[in-house]
Amino acid sequence: MREELHLILGGEAGQGLDTVAGLLGKAVVRSGRHLLTVQHVMSRVRGGHNNFRMRLASRPVQGPPDTFDLLAAMSRESVDLHRERLADGAVVLVDGGWDMPPGPGLIGIPFAELASRPVFRNVALMGVLGAMLGIEADILRELVADNFRAKGDQIVASNLDVLAASMQWAAANTPSLPLPGEGDSVTRLAMDGNQALVLGALAAGVRFCGYYPMSPATSIAEGLAQVAVDMGVVVEQGEDEIAAANMALGAAFGGARSIVPTSGGGFALMTEAVSLAGVMEMPVVFVVAQRPGPATGLATRTEQADLELVLRAGHGEFHRAILAPASVEDCFHLTHKAFDLAEKFQGPVFILSDQYLASAVRSVEPFDLGALPPVAGPDLSDADPDGYRRYDWSAPVSPRRIPGHGKSLVLADCHEHDEQGHIIEAADIRVRMQDKRLAKLDVLRAEILPPVSTGEAEPDLLLVGWGSSGEVLREVAGILQERGVRAASLCFTQVWPLAPETFLQRLHAAECVVAVEGNSTGQFARLLREATGFHIANSVLRYDGRALTAGYVLERLAPILEAL
Amino acid sequence: MIDSKIYGEYVTAWCPGCGNHDVLLALKDALARQNLEPHQFALVSGIGQAAKIVHYVRGNGFNGLHGRALPPAQALKLVHPELKVVVESGDGCTYGEGGNHLLAAIRRNLDITLIVHNNQIYGLTKGQSSPTTMTGHVTKNNPLGVFDQPFNPVAVAVAMRASFVARSFSGLKEHAAATIAAAMEHKGFSLVDMHSPCVSFNKVNTFAWYKSRCKEVSHDPANWDEAMKAAMVFGDEIPIGVIYREQRPSKETLLPQCRDGAMYRRPVDMDKVAEHMMSYA
Repeated sequence: MREELHLILGGEAGQGLDTVAGLLGKAVVRSGRHLLTVQHVMSRVRGGHNNFRMRLASRPVQGPPDTFDLLAAMSRESVDLHRERLADGAVVLVDGGWDMPPGPGLIGIPFAELASRPVFRNVALMGVLGAMLGIEADILRELVADNFRAKGDQIVASNLDVLAASMQWAAANTPSLPLPGEGDSVTRLAMDGNQALVLGALAAGVRFCGYYPMSPATSIAEGLAQVAVDMGVVVEQGEDEIAAANMALGAAFGGARSIVPTSGGGFALMTEAVSLAGVMEMPVVFVVAQRPGPATGLATRTEQADLELVLRAGHGEFHRAILAPASVEDCFHLTHKAFDLAEKFQGPVFILSDQYLASAVRSVEPFDLGALPPVAGPDLSDADPDGYRRYDWSAPVSPRRIPGHGKSLVLADCHEHDEQGHIIEAADIRVRMQDKRLAKLDVLRAEILPPVSTGEAEPDLLLVGWGSSGEVLREVAGILQERGVRAASLCFTQVWPLAPETFLQRLHAAECVVAVEGNSTGQFARLLREATGFHIANSVLRYDGRALTAGYVLERLAPILEAL
Repeated sequence: MIDSKIYGEYVTAWCPGCGNHDVLLALKDALARQNLEPHQFALVSGIGQAAKIVHYVRGNGFNGLHGRALPPAQALKLVHPELKVVVESGDGCTYGEGGNHLLAAIRRNLDITLIVHNNQIYGLTKGQSSPTTMTGHVTKNNPLGVFDQPFNPVAVAVAMRASFVARSFSGLKEHAAATIAAAMEHKGFSLVDMHSPCVSFNKVNTFAWYKSRCKEVSHDPANWDEAMKAAMVFGDEIPIGVIYREQRPSKETLLPQCRDGAMYRRPVDMDKVAEHMMSYA
């Protein structure tokens, strides 16, 4: 029996493949299997070519799959585009109505019979795939019924009929490709990075989201908007990114935990507000879900090339923390942590994600909400209101009070200012206030997340990465270990500030260190060198807009391994 | 009525004779008329001479970036609806750098008041033309005179049916204070285009120039056609007073999540978070 099953669903934008991939993914998870679904979509609403790549297994899965056991092609183009990626003996599902010469594994689905109208084709495909995978009919029926419930009983009934007919047809006309393993009864969620991020923000008590639509960050704002009334969040679409970021600062001033989701191009417009958060000492969480640049780049693809932008964004000198989740679980926990950190040190905290992580759906176990640490809040004491000074410099972090909460008066200022928050130009006050702000670095230093490491302490090969490349690094290290290579991995989920004492020894102890990053210049390797002096001489970089996969990395590691 | 001394006395960075001194007095007067204590309101500004007013009033304040006074002010109102929010900045900040924010703020219609100190020139940067500088006006950066047509904020606001649009002149102290108070008492977005002469860099639109032209409007401010007619007048005569007024619910009263007061007081409902999480199972 297979340990894993890899499927690829391809077709045009507007055909609803995302619905099939979503429902099928949920069905797989409800069947007790592990899942990763990676979406490759074009920046268009109709036509073109989109595909969804699914990795199904009985044990936790890591990076995106490289080869596939089944292709479901909803467009002719899809067959040619993915032929190269098919494993030996792969099944290719196509529309039975197409005029195609027979080929190995090629099966035509009689959509004309199974789906009386084109809108039913997705459910027909789901029925065929569900039957081939051996998913229980009840699971499929429930998902289809839930999906169409809002459209009325008649529509639900029609879709269930299509589902039943398609499953029946598949049972008689397709080979069985059963889900790997036995499946367990653990409850899991099928969730993408942005959905987990939204959940982390909600658990931290987010109260304001300022945004301007931009892929791949938009689904964060939309996710919050869906629950805004119920959970008590104001989600405001700005007239531009400048407004969105400045709104978040205004909301934070009013005591609301605030988040600003965007991508590189939108974030470029927000940099002035980042500097403002620095001088005003305002807690704000920025999410930069990266996509390839420069400028508009590849709008719906992935890259890790905005590290340096986020690290340096904003004029003047001030501190920040940058968290880089490697997994869906990290998206939840690091977002929760970001709100706490932002309030504790009173300044901007960044979550640096990317299109791959934002949109790839994974099976995860429900997060332990009861075990979450408390999130720091403002000072709601109103003690001695006449003596209150917003920028009291007796300690690096001053008590942050909320205007209108009691009699304390709160003044936030963009200029250099005195303890009250009033404009000053005196040299001594400037120096003392800047020193006070810089001293807040200790607050960040106390909570730096050490990198996640796998493998032995003195390996022959150490793979170093950050953010979403982490899971692929661990997967590659594991594959190499099985081949007898003494390989290890080191993945950073916080990329600034860094604590060299937690990892520098590991870099020195490795025979050969390779940086693996989703960009074209090795930005993180450069940052490591700046922070530690350690030069990583080898790198595997990917900047074609696609996510790193184990196959991609292994192929490029081959010459390095040979030289070991 | 509260004694306006409660709002403090500060040494300002403004030139002697600058209209901003009168706007400051009018603002304090308007705050006092509404019996607002310093902790009950927040002044939000951007950058420019006018924007420094935040530092000259005892109260809560947010002195933000150039052009960016309106976005934080609106968010503040959304998350903290009990707070009175007043935005003050100049014509360059509000009509130039922040123009897009003005259009959006009119559309959002939050219950905040925007007072624009309109001196038709850039004061802080010493004499460049602003969006409201009149055509032909010779400035340091326009030695041949300004070619561009001036922006008419009142006409734009009336055209967009901003819910309260008024014009006043800092030299008419009672008018200025009463107009600000009326704007603040109005439920919804209110714009006060407050002409306020720059004595150092605008030798055209002087105190006397404004004073001889200002004339109180007599039309019904609820009549949009009449308001639009008055809004298009600016030059030999400058109509002042409430130009347009329309009562409609402000955004923070329409959003259910804003109806329970300041949002920072709301605890996290972990049961609801758990319920949302399990919808992904």
